[in-house]
Amino acid sequence: MRGGGMTPATQERLVAIASPLAALLAWQALADGGVLDTRYLPSPWRILLAGEQLARSGDLWAHTRASLYRLAVGFALGAVPGILIGMMMGLNRFLRAALDPLIAATYPIPKIAVLPLLMLVFGIGDGSKIAVVAVSVLLLSAINTMTGVLGIDRVYFDVAKNFRSPPWKLFTRVILPAALPTVFAGLRISLGVALVVLVGAEFVASRAGIGYLIWSSWETLAVEDMFVGIIVITMLGVVTTQVLKECERFFLPWRH
Amino acid sequence: MTAKIRIDALTKRFGEGDRGHLALQEFSLDVAEGEFVCLLGPSGCGKTTVLRIMAGLEQASSGAVVTSPPPPGRPANSMVFQEHGLFPWMTALENAAYGLEMRGVPRREREARALEFLARIGLVKFRSHYPHQLSGGMRQRVSLARAFVNDPDILLMDEPFAALDAQTKLVLQQELLALWEAERKTVVFVTHGIDEALSLGDRIVVMTGAPGRIKQVVPVPFERPRDPASLRADAEFGRLSLEIWHLIEREVQAA
Ligand SMILES: Nc1ncnc2c1ncn2[C@@H]1O[C@H](COP(=O)(O)OP(=O)(O)O)[C@@H](O)[C@H]1O
Ligand SMILES: [Mg+2]
Repeated sequence: MRGGGMTPATQERLVAIASPLAALLAWQALADGGVLDTRYLPSPWRILLAGEQLARSGDLWAHTRASLYRLAVGFALGAVPGILIGMMMGLNRFLRAALDPLIAATYPIPKIAVLPLLMLVFGIGDGSKIAVVAVSVLLLSAINTMTGVLGIDRVYFDVAKNFRSPPWKLFTRVILPAALPTVFAGLRISLGVALVVLVGAEFVASRAGIGYLIWSSWETLAVEDMFVGIIVITMLGVVTTQVLKECERFFLPWRH
Repeated sequence: MTAKIRIDALTKRFGEGDRGHLALQEFSLDVAEGEFVCLLGPSGCGKTTVLRIMAGLEQASSGAVVTSPPPPGRPANSMVFQEHGLFPWMTALENAAYGLEMRGVPRREREARALEFLARIGLVKFRSHYPHQLSGGMRQRVSLARAFVNDPDILLMDEPFAALDAQTKLVLQQELLALWEAERKTVVFVTHGIDEALSLGDRIVVMTGAPGRIKQVVPVPFERPRDPASLRADAEFGRLSLEIWHLIEREVQAA
């Protein structure tokens, strides 16, 4: 058998691991060989060393913690009321009629555009960064939750009615689980948007956070540190997305 | 025999004026206690509408459905919905126990009762499966379970086997008859299959195309307990089948 007796799946996994490694090696070789301008594109090894330095000094952790804190608190403060508002809008057409224009008017505003306004209200500290994340997440969660509730197949309401479901059980056993997949889809989008908004806010209005690390590295032309920041914020995105996926697995066992 | 259900001049119009659609016109029928009645008619003739009005899911435009009250503590009716009626987020067991859950029966008791029923239809092994993990036949068994476990006075079924392949359909018809023989509930079963109606029903109510009215009521002479598979070899079955086909042929062509 070809491939040294490996299953096709194993072969594919090997290739999948080998190709980025090969790319890194090529990058390293091109940097060492003077083909790349290392002022803009330092070698992977140099980036690793810079990362080690930043980690050793404690700066890296401090920046990561600052961003993670703002992301987590902002996400929670946006998602929880957002889901509640979306639920109520989905269930009550008067509330929907009342809030729809408000959401339609505020949704298209690029949230980073209101950062200065939020800084007037919440100050230049964590508050304004948390607020801008929360606002972005709130609108997205509300819209997606409402969409989820409105999209529930009417046959489920018929079944609930025929089986004399009390209103509270209609909510917990039918409406909530039926809407949950769309709610989670909204949370996933929210998370991506939250990261963008957070980094943007940290670029311009912060003394801490990964966004600040990237921006200040640019200002001091510490390109290696900049790359460290980019890598860390990417990892932050990957890890938080994974956490969200695990939550989804837990709350939506019937989908897996 | 006393009339369990009295349907009196039921008329249903969807929408208003020119845009409106008369789905059902002066539909009257008595169903006896413990009787198995099949509603047969071309697609769109109002069969589902009759059932939904009986189930309280739709308001009649005029006319009424009067049902003698159920014994105390039991629900008046439960409906077996067409495919996709199960809750995807509930396991087979939870789906089967749903009616009891809504009635506030404690978890332990309702799961015991649901499990006992799942055993009768060979689904104990699949109690923790979600609907999407079950075959079409299994899903409709769970749908039957959800209605039967609720122990209603009247069972309403809306083409529960329509989406199944011929063999699975036959097996489920056999199983339904076995379940029904054990409890003899009053059943109103909607179908567009002539064979299915002849296999299951005591009487077949043949409906006209839109607006739905009663074309003819055909009594089914076969002895019970019946086996839908061997019934098909019966000469009388073929004769009745053809007779009913002639009744609805024109209605189908017109539909
Ligand atoms: N909610 C509704 N609004 C408007 N028209 C409807 C509605 N429900 C059913 N109809 C119409 O009423 C007629 C009868 O429908 P239905 O009872 O579902 O027929 P069947 O079950 O015999 O196929 C059809 O023409 C259908 O389009
Ligand atoms: Mg129908």
